[in-house]
Amino acid sequence: MTQLTSIPQAIIAPELSWVGLALLLPLLAAVACALCCALRVKGKAAAIITILALAASFGIIVKAYFAYTGPVQVPIFQWIDFEWGAGQFQSFNANCALYIDTLTLFWMLFVTGLGTLIAIYASEYMEGYCGSGYSRFFFGICIFLFSMSALVMGDNLIMLYLGWEGVGLASYLLIGFDYARPAAVAAGKKAFIMNRIGDLGLALGIFMLWANYGTLQYSELFAAMNKGGQTSVDWDLSVIPFLLMLGAFGKSAQIPLFTWLPDAMEGPTPVSALIHAATMVTAGVYLIARMYPFFELHPEALATVAWVGGLTALLAATIGMAQYDIKRVFAYSTISQLGYMFLGLGVGTSFGACYHTLTHAFFKALLFLTAGAIMHGFAGQLDLRKLSGLRHIPGWRIVSWTMLVGCLWLSAFPYTAAFFSKDAILLQALTSVRADFRFLGWLGLFTAALTAYYTFRVWFRVCAGPLHFEPGAEAHSESHDHHAPSTHAAHTTAPAAKSDHSFHPHAPRWAINGVLLILALGAVVVGVPAYNQAFAHKDNWAQQMIAGSSAMQGAGLAEDHGSQASVEHPKVLGMDAHTGLTIVGCTASIGGILIAWYFHLGSRKSADQLRAALLRRWWIRWVPICMENKWYVDEIYHFCFRLPMWLGSQILYFADRHFLDGVMVDGLAKIPIAVGKLFRPLYGGALQGYASTMAGGIALVVAWLSWIWLRGFN
Amino acid sequence: MNQELSSGFTIASSAPIAVALAISALLFVIGLVGFLCRRNMIIMFLCTELMFQGAALAMIAFARLRMDVSGQVFVIFILTVAAAEAALALGLVVLLYRKRETLSADAWSDLGES
Repeated sequence: MTQLTSIPQAIIAPELSWVGLALLLPLLAAVACALCCALRVKGKAAAIITILALAASFGIIVKAYFAYTGPVQVPIFQWIDFEWGAGQFQSFNANCALYIDTLTLFWMLFVTGLGTLIAIYASEYMEGYCGSGYSRFFFGICIFLFSMSALVMGDNLIMLYLGWEGVGLASYLLIGFDYARPAAVAAGKKAFIMNRIGDLGLALGIFMLWANYGTLQYSELFAAMNKGGQTSVDWDLSVIPFLLMLGAFGKSAQIPLFTWLPDAMEGPTPVSALIHAATMVTAGVYLIARMYPFFELHPEALATVAWVGGLTALLAATIGMAQYDIKRVFAYSTISQLGYMFLGLGVGTSFGACYHTLTHAFFKALLFLTAGAIMHGFAGQLDLRKLSGLRHIPGWRIVSWTMLVGCLWLSAFPYTAAFFSKDAILLQALTSVRADFRFLGWLGLFTAALTAYYTFRVWFRVCAGPLHFEPGAEAHSESHDHHAPSTHAAHTTAPAAKSDHSFHPHAPRWAINGVLLILALGAVVVGVPAYNQAFAHKDNWAQQMIAGSSAMQGAGLAEDHGSQASVEHPKVLGMDAHTGLTIVGCTASIGGILIAWYFHLGSRKSADQLRAALLRRWWIRWVPICMENKWYVDEIYHFCFRLPMWLGSQILYFADRHFLDGVMVDGLAKIPIAVGKLFRPLYGGALQGYASTMAGGIALVVAWLSWIWLRGFN
Repeated sequence: MNQELSSGFTIASSAPIAVALAISALLFVIGLVGFLCRRNMIIMFLCTELMFQGAALAMIAFARLRMDVSGQVFVIFILTVAAAEAALALGLVVLLYRKRETLSADAWSDLGES
């Protein structure tokens, strides 16, 4: 099945070193933001610097995209260079160099583009923190963009690892941005520690790659692959993809390491949108797409990726159905959509996975930013039961309608961009020769219906229906400066500001609205390649991009599927695969939306009645209970890992306190004390005591000397 | 008287070295026992002087035995130093007495354990 097509070889192009500015500018901006922080700048200087640097970085990437002719390797400076012999495994190189192929550009375009937009959004969203963390926030954003660029553009796995750890650090810093809140600090630590588990796998995978190929540069690794793979048989190569996979699962929040992502919503919303939805969490997808040839060598590794992705998609969707916090619903939807991407990678369509990453980046950033706007305007209110009919408030129309766009895209409504990207994945799964992949495809379709349901559950509750809202917990707290200072002052000086009825949600201004509109537009635009393919029968731009990179073998598989089709036409439900999938996909999406419409707009009481009815029946009540409690995964981890570790630490503490400290240290110290006690009576302070000791000592010495002397005579 | 003296000298000169050493040891032990048993600082000081003289006597005896004058010369020096030291020590005793209004050595046991 896997027919090895050769990976295009990169040429060395030092004249393109200006692309390195895309890496350097966020770093310089980070330094500038740190200076703003140190000088306690009260204004928005940090935001302006960040936005300018990121926009310039995006411009550079766009220029690089138009200057692109083929894969290039751009040396910048020599970073790590050891040599301890002339042999193949006797040198270690990791230069600061860029590897630019279409996959790199594909990723960098949306990373820097979305980074810029979200920085603009954050400049308004975070203005309550001016003078107290505003610069620190943008420092985190700049560090993140720098690390993410290093991760994507680096020409070797050491650069990737540097970026990988850097985005982890930025994520930790930004989740724990509000460090006075214990929940935020705990969430930051959780994200960091769970990522460490994955990073262990990635590091071991990198070690194994070096041990097998003697190099960590992509170009040399791919050259080795072209020659037919392995150059050393000392190690078992099949563990490499599994180790890399572990790193990807940690960073991209897949089973078993997904529980950190919902908690990461404690961070400011722009961070959730940028890092925990659009860019950082796709690093795992990027890693697998970049190292795709190594995965293709081991079908069982790809099958594992597919299964993990499919199951994560389903699990996260079921949890998302039962959450009441809007951001948490979106967090679980992110995990679920990432599951789709891994399913796509696993079943062999790296194009579908990467295209879904792109569409997802836009609509999920859009959804998070609308949720952030609501949270911002309604004093931290995110409970979807306490907000209703926002589209009736004049200032909130843009938020409501752009949120509708995001929801339609997330639920893969027919002929949206996400519909095509999700179809590309599901089609590959459903037409696979493997029965288990076909099963995963049907599972993915079922998950798509769940996705449509929980997405529109949010929209119908929050934006549609009768107007009604309760402000969040931050509404009356004078000290909380989440709001813009001016509006906040207006609220608190109003005489009736204490009652809920007089609470005026302050509508977002141009920066937030503008970014939301651009993102909604972007979500439409990213569908253009798919429309071209579906209606104008032109080449799909995204497919071209992925096919031109090291992830091309997946695309090659898709072509294989085309040739297969001529022999034995794959069918879905007895119809042509494309038509069948379109019909089933549309049904799933629209069906989910209609169910959501009935329960959450048509008759909201019936949703509560249904829940009560489910809870009354003992044989089904575990379903809603488990879904609302996130399938107790946190509790299981707590019981299986944290509790034994805690017990172990208590035992070790006891041993340390009572054996090492008690017996070894304090016990040894008692010996000189006891000896001292023995001789203490000799030093009672009386002069005669000292004198008799001395006399006794002299007597002993004299006796000893005379004994020797007398013995000498005999 | 002269006779007695000369005859006594003769007896002494012909006496064995053991007698001189015995007297020297006796002086030393009297001094030591006195030092250990008495509490009065002046008496204790006198006792140290007795031990001193015991040692000096042993030196003279050995000098006589070996017919070497350097031992005797050394004793002259010891006596000189002992005189100087006696002045110093008595001065110290007076100072200590002024501090505590007593001559007992027990008044000065601050450095002792427990």
